[in-house]
Amino acid sequence: MKKSRIIMALAALLPLLLFVFPLWKITLEAPQYPTPLGMYIHINDFSDANPHDIKNINLMNHYVGMKYIPDAIPEFKIFPIGIIITTVIGLIIALKANHKWFLYWFIMMVLVSTAGLIDFYIWEYDYGHDLDPKAIMKFTNPDGSVMGFQPPFFGSKDILNFRAHSYPQLGAYCLALGIALGLISYFMGKKERN
Amino acid sequence: MKKLKYPIVMSLALAFIFIGCGDQRKSSNGALTSNVADRVYVAPGEHDEYYAFISGGFSGQLSVYGLPSGRLFKVIPVFSQDAEKAWGYNEETKPMLNTSHGFVPWDDSHHPDISQTNGELDGRWVFINGNNTPRIAKIDLSVFETTEIIEIPNSAGNHSSAFVTENTEYVVAGTRFSVPVPQRDMPISEYKGNFKGALTFISVNPEDGGMNIKFQLLMPGFDYDLSHPGRGNSHGWFFFSTYNTEEASTLMEVNASQNDKDFIAAVNWKKIEEYVNNGGGTMMPANYAHNVYDEETHTGTSTMKKEVLVVNPSEVPDAVYLLPTPKSPHGCDVDPTGEYIVGSGKLSADLTVHSFTKMLAAIEGKKYDGDAYGIPILKFEDVLAGTVSQPGLGPLHTEFDGKGNAYTTFFISSEVVKWKLGTWEVVDRQPCFYSVGHLMIPGGNSRKPFGKYVVAMNKITKDRYLPTGPEVTQSAQLYDISGEKMELLLDFPTVGEPHYAAGIAADIVKARSKKIFELKNNHHKYGIQSDADVRVERNGKEVHIYMSMIRSHFNPDNIEGIKVGDKVYFHVTNLEQDYDVPHGVSMIGANTSELLIMPGQTETFVWEPKQPGVWPFYCTDFCSALHQEMQGYVRVSPANSNIDLSWSLGE
Repeated sequence: MKKSRIIMALAALLPLLLFVFPLWKITLEAPQYPTPLGMYIHINDFSDANPHDIKNINLMNHYVGMKYIPDAIPEFKIFPIGIIITTVIGLIIALKANHKWFLYWFIMMVLVSTAGLIDFYIWEYDYGHDLDPKAIMKFTNPDGSVMGFQPPFFGSKDILNFRAHSYPQLGAYCLALGIALGLISYFMGKKERN
Repeated sequence: MKKLKYPIVMSLALAFIFIGCGDQRKSSNGALTSNVADRVYVAPGEHDEYYAFISGGFSGQLSVYGLPSGRLFKVIPVFSQDAEKAWGYNEETKPMLNTSHGFVPWDDSHHPDISQTNGELDGRWVFINGNNTPRIAKIDLSVFETTEIIEIPNSAGNHSSAFVTENTEYVVAGTRFSVPVPQRDMPISEYKGNFKGALTFISVNPEDGGMNIKFQLLMPGFDYDLSHPGRGNSHGWFFFSTYNTEEASTLMEVNASQNDKDFIAAVNWKKIEEYVNNGGGTMMPANYAHNVYDEETHTGTSTMKKEVLVVNPSEVPDAVYLLPTPKSPHGCDVDPTGEYIVGSGKLSADLTVHSFTKMLAAIEGKKYDGDAYGIPILKFEDVLAGTVSQPGLGPLHTEFDGKGNAYTTFFISSEVVKWKLGTWEVVDRQPCFYSVGHLMIPGGNSRKPFGKYVVAMNKITKDRYLPTGPEVTQSAQLYDISGEKMELLLDFPTVGEPHYAAGIAADIVKARSKKIFELKNNHHKYGIQSDADVRVERNGKEVHIYMSMIRSHFNPDNIEGIKVGDKVYFHVTNLEQDYDVPHGVSMIGANTSELLIMPGQTETFVWEPKQPGVWPFYCTDFCSALHQEMQGYVRVSPANSNIDLSWSLGE
């Protein structure tokens, strides 16, 4: 079997590690939390960084009228299916198809991942801005508009008394590596042809 | 004139010692003394190196301090009601203070001791005695709460207690006062030969610390003052100091001070245990309470036990011996190797040290000096290891640093004296301010004392602190004993009259400390898991409110349909699962206390409304920015009203 096909198969399989490792982590630091509050985002679930963190994040956030972090959102059903489908497609391509399909798989993955990131941003925006009108505490920006509490999409940012951090985790790196291997396998396949 | 002679001698002696010590204090200044403050300073946010558990004496409690800072962290309610923690007020802990005399919400707590494994402190439990209404309590150090109290039958003045054996096989409870066993109506003048002293051996379950009286040794009618377990080679033995071997029952200060020598009773508990395990001993009717607090139901239960196994020492040959010790010994302390047993004859000029090896040899040779009620008395000279000659006035207690040094407190001359085991020479002395009782070296009652500090617990403070009327604080003093010379570092006030203390490296305890109670493990009979379980139920004149609390509201917060004459039970569950977020709740006019409820815990109090009206309740522990808003109302209608029970939140 050609090397490019092995790499392509590997590329297709790597994203499956998302079922093992978390995709993203949001951490909230504040002086009265010597152990910061943290939340992992997995392909199909949220989880506590330390026991009961999500419950305690919800308790904090209810002061400003943020919604409770839901036990299940539609994405947690769609994303796993998406990953399984793209892996199956990738494996079929690795076995049967011409190396050009490796490139199409790569493009598809970039598009799917971008869509996922956009969806993540929209969820974050909504979570941070769609506040209960009866919220106990209301804060406004210097320009008078209602303050949002959206966690950073990527990186770190101050939200009132908290410093919030948002960074990809091992699962996301596996996905990225898989996508990158897809592109590499295309170039290898091309070389093998020549 | 004759009566006055003694006090004059004492005051002269006191004056002499103070002058003597004043000079010594100056000369003991070493190179490091300039930064004494640094050595007890624990910077903001940093932790102390040791926990010190200091008994609360007549407060009935146990206080927790940090060393070397001397900062008070917590007062753990043990034998006395405590409104701060609702101890003895809420329905869950009322059973913990039950005794055969009924509800006794007070005691006199004396000697804490930390559980051991292989002779080293394991930081799992602290045991402490109630001296007044004889009891032993167990405090669980994962939660710093009293989780078990067992009453001691056939005893009075549970003083030579609570000390544990090398693997916490037993905690002992020796009676100070001998009494008729079983208790009965009889002339006090017939004390001699009729009263008995019970030495109680309570077995401790190695898994959960559960206590159970294994046997009681019914000793002659002496007073059993203090005790310590053997260790190392002497593991398997327990030593009890006695006074009043005269068996007097009146004007004790004179009549119990006639014998030149009293005894240290050496008890081979392994031998008695074997005897008991083989069916020895006699079951005797008794009546005593055994109270256990369960962490999953958050509820205490009190069981009355009806019998106890008693052993007459003459039934078990070779198990109990008496070591003559001058004169009215108080402290009875065993060094970390287990070889030396120090008896402080508090009316003796010298300090007497017995040798365990010599004791075994004397027993082997059967060289007895008579017997007391069938218990062999060994010859003083045969068991004596050595004598510390004229070390001070009024020796009480001795602790050891694990490096071959002993430290003894002297009540009358008010000082700590350091001396060497084996050579019996005094090497250093430091004054105490004033009138020291016990002293404590962290790990002192184990094979491995930490040996860095000694804490002296003083009975009197006089001018050491700002005056607070006729009653001034009692105090502890911290000495650095890491060098050749002891050095006074710190004074700090204490709760009650501290008797003994137990100290342990903080890391051993910290690692086991609980942050919350898991809500899912809450099996309280009236506990709830979520707001969906919130409800109010009427059962005749009893109303049960299943209430939840979370930042920053009660659910329900409005309750109607309660009537005058109802007995209203508030069963309140704290739904929080975050460290250090308890909530409180109190009801106007309730004859109990507020409840302080930890995350994941349920507590109950009873309120019997006596007047119609709309009465508020509120959170008593500042919990969040909206703590002031954490409140609710109960509407109370006249007894004949027909308003239905209803409850709500946010309507």
